[in-house]
Amino acid sequence: MAINVARATVGSMQAALPAARGESRAAAGAVKLSAQDVRVRYGSNEALHGISMDIRAHEVVAFIGPSGCGKSTFLRCFNRMNDTVAGAHVSGRIAIDGRDIYAREVDVVLLRAQVGMVFQKPNPFPKSIFENVAYGPRLHGLAASKAEMNNIVESSLRRAGLWDEVKDRLDEPGTGLSGGQQQRLCIARAIAVSPDVILMDEPCSALDPIATGVIEDLISELKKNYTIIIVTHNMQQAARVSDRTAFFHLGDLIEMGPTAQIFMNPTQKRTEDYVTGRYG
Amino acid sequence: MSDKHISSQFDAELRDVSTRVLEMGGLAESQVAQAIYALAHFSGETATQVLQQEDRLNHMEVEIDAQMQRIIATRQPAASDLRLLIAISKASANLERVGDEAARVARTVQRLINTGVSSRLRLPVADLQYAADLACAQLRKALDAFARLDAGAALDVLKHDDQIDQEFDGLLRKLITYMMEDPRMISSSIDLVFVAKAIERVGDHAKNLAEAVIYVVKGTDVRHVALADVESAVR
Repeated sequence: MAINVARATVGSMQAALPAARGESRAAAGAVKLSAQDVRVRYGSNEALHGISMDIRAHEVVAFIGPSGCGKSTFLRCFNRMNDTVAGAHVSGRIAIDGRDIYAREVDVVLLRAQVGMVFQKPNPFPKSIFENVAYGPRLHGLAASKAEMNNIVESSLRRAGLWDEVKDRLDEPGTGLSGGQQQRLCIARAIAVSPDVILMDEPCSALDPIATGVIEDLISELKKNYTIIIVTHNMQQAARVSDRTAFFHLGDLIEMGPTAQIFMNPTQKRTEDYVTGRYG
Repeated sequence: MSDKHISSQFDAELRDVSTRVLEMGGLAESQVAQAIYALAHFSGETATQVLQQEDRLNHMEVEIDAQMQRIIATRQPAASDLRLLIAISKASANLERVGDEAARVARTVQRLINTGVSSRLRLPVADLQYAADLACAQLRKALDAFARLDAGAALDVLKHDDQIDQEFDGLLRKLITYMMEDPRMISSSIDLVFVAKAIERVGDHAKNLAEAVIYVVKGTDVRHVALADVESAVR
């Protein structure tokens, strides 16, 4: 009963959604995400002090900085995950394709389909591999038939670089996969609901170097179709995968620029100190 | 860049390889000075000493490069640290070639000694000494600039590079005159042209070192850039 209500609500929103997504296939180089003077406070403690930045379509941006600098907090602003944190207050403006995502009429559930997230610890559902990927599309009514659903699942698993490894065992539990495979399953799950943006919060921290390398390669493939923001404490990873890098420190954005410049010749001393290991 | 890394081990490694470059620089400078002394005094003994020391410079280049590669592989240096290591690699290559030039001069001295006394007397050795002193001073200034990572001092070296080129042109004209006046001077004059060229190259290597210093300090590659533009990059 409740599911039918949910589906009806979702169905009525669905009409708005394809148009929004159609518009949002922005040309690479156009501004996809923009933040203006974003502040986040937990209770009375301000964790982010007015962050402003533009992120272009189909670019990979890395957020780096020492622990507690606010990079994950800022990442979570883009899909309103901070809404789920008790005591968190967000001010300022965050827009996707020019539309304020904190506006009252925004459906947060749809936003989180449009802006997918991959977390540090792979968290596949306790379901089969197939069902892990199908769950989202089913909830959003994205497949009109079984054949269409099979296509969505296969295409998502292919895009996540996992299809060949799991195509013969789609009904096995997702939790039975290795750590690296589970993370790719989570990426496939995020991709299955056709997002424009994928947020990754230290996606490789729990993985071995080989699994990490596979996912880093995947990121450069994924950017052809998505805009990606990755939070990482591994500077060399940021240097390898991103087009631009933003350095955060104690809630401030210190410097943002082309990755090569940040790692070869940063303009700010604090950035230089961080990337050269003079400050952790 | 005098700030310490979190890893004091990393600090020690950078310090160590930088010190070895300066050591190599000192040795290269002394090789040139000794070679020119050998020429000025037609000292076969000094020329032989220079040739015996040449291998030390070659080994230093190999060792410094190996150390630098190890640091890059293990520390994944970034920004100024990375630029410093790249500059160290260039410095060791340039200093090794300075050593080659000194050895070339020493071999020339040996050859001149073997041809006999009379042909030596009219050769413009004093002019060569002057040019060599200029080149050694440039090298010393460049090494100082490297030790202190002083872009201003490095810029000075670039500004004075022309002087050595002019000295070389002057020497060449003189030697051509000698050759035209007396064909018996041709063989030894040509030898001295090569010596003059070697000195000019020492000046070039000093210039390369200075460019590397500016790269470390400013993050700008100033090779093949007009002097006026280098000046604005440094100021």
